[in-house]
Amino acid sequence: MRFVKLEKKYDVVIVGAGPAGLAAAIEIAKEKINVLVLDRKQEIGCPKRCAEGLGLGWFNRLNLKPKKDWCVQTIHGAALYAPNGKGFQMKRTETMGYVLERKIFEKELAREAVNAGAKILLKHQVVGAIRNKNEVVLKVEADDETREVRTPLVIACDGVDSLTAKMLGLNTKLDLRETDSGYQYEMTGISGYDEHLLHLYFGTDVAPRGYIWIFPKRNHTANVGIGIGAYEEKTAKYYLDKWIAQQEGLKNGSIIEVNAGAIPVGGFLDKMQAANLIVAGDAGHMVDPIHGGGIGIALEGGRLAAKHAIKAIQSKKYSEKDLEPYTQDWYDTRGNELMKRLKGRHLLEQLSDGDFNYLAGSITMEEALKIGNGALTKKDKLLLFSKKLVTRPGLVKIFMKYMKDEVQKEGGVKL
Amino acid sequence: MTAKNNGSKCLYCGACVGVCPVQAIILKDTRIIIDKKKCINCGACVNICPVGAMKIEK
Repeated sequence: MRFVKLEKKYDVVIVGAGPAGLAAAIEIAKEKINVLVLDRKQEIGCPKRCAEGLGLGWFNRLNLKPKKDWCVQTIHGAALYAPNGKGFQMKRTETMGYVLERKIFEKELAREAVNAGAKILLKHQVVGAIRNKNEVVLKVEADDETREVRTPLVIACDGVDSLTAKMLGLNTKLDLRETDSGYQYEMTGISGYDEHLLHLYFGTDVAPRGYIWIFPKRNHTANVGIGIGAYEEKTAKYYLDKWIAQQEGLKNGSIIEVNAGAIPVGGFLDKMQAANLIVAGDAGHMVDPIHGGGIGIALEGGRLAAKHAIKAIQSKKYSEKDLEPYTQDWYDTRGNELMKRLKGRHLLEQLSDGDFNYLAGSITMEEALKIGNGALTKKDKLLLFSKKLVTRPGLVKIFMKYMKDEVQKEGGVKL
Repeated sequence: MTAKNNGSKCLYCGACVGVCPVQAIILKDTRIIIDKKKCINCGACVNICPVGAMKIEK
């Protein structure tokens, strides 16, 4: 006996009760639209595939109020460590972000969605999807039974392993070269790091084509994880275990959670819609292309998906062309800006350990952030080249390549 | 030859499902189901797996 029953028809079915799916459900339910959220798992917000950091910029942008229940640590900056152990850090007195407890945060989103009128069903897995006239018939497996649910619009927020969109003909496959392999422990009983900074460790022996992170929670607890290129011969687990064993403050800690997952860092899908379908969150590769963070982007993407879903339902138009403004809107409002950061990651990946060591001793955190954001001004570039990079020809070459597109746009100015 | 999953290592994170080019892998509860007929032995799942739980076996 179930209190919330699977009905035969809904206005919208959202597949996946993560940040994107729940954010979409909240907005859609507010419009008194009959919306169902399905998730194959047994608990919302768990197991996380995430380091749980969220910058203050996202809170402001999304009009999200930080709450003590799920903002378990205040972050005042970041520390980056080069392979030789030298680091540079930026720490401000004001709060710059939080580390969340996602299982509490996402359950709050779920409550908000249900209060607005959405229905949620867990342990319900979509195992098939076909189009029939102007709607989709989903095959949903639960309790040893497979039942059919009809809806004119599916929002696929089912993560990196999304199959729903693929079943409806939208290829969301990950390119291995642009996908990171992620592995993480939530550890407790650890010490030796500033609990109010995010710590990032670089180096080909540490994390080839990626980095190791410590995202602190309170009381000597932190998410300690790694992201590396998928093509590395050894596993993410191998590199993380090796590194932790060498860290005085960490090696005697206890692991209270093990997390893993693929990180779609290659930039967003070109097309996030098909007939009767829109995609948001990790399923649409909505992840920051430089650091792999995705909570804020998923929330924003989910809300944008909701905006276009509401329009589609009100006008009863669900063709691929009718839904195209969603993809367009995503690129205009956020996508294009974030795609600039993809270049930042490609640059990072080309740096040798020696380059990293040199940069850690010569550039400032502000410059590093600007490079990452693709936001260097002409003056910044001149300064960088003439004062700082000039002694390392290898670095000049890498940076020239990085800036080539922009230089061409600026009318062929040679730096 | 086909991909094979090691249940004692697997964390059921779904990384292999996401990179499989032919949708031969399905994650259900705590089971990885590999469709041997669909599998093309490309090794993408082996590459992405964070814990080394995937193998191509004869």
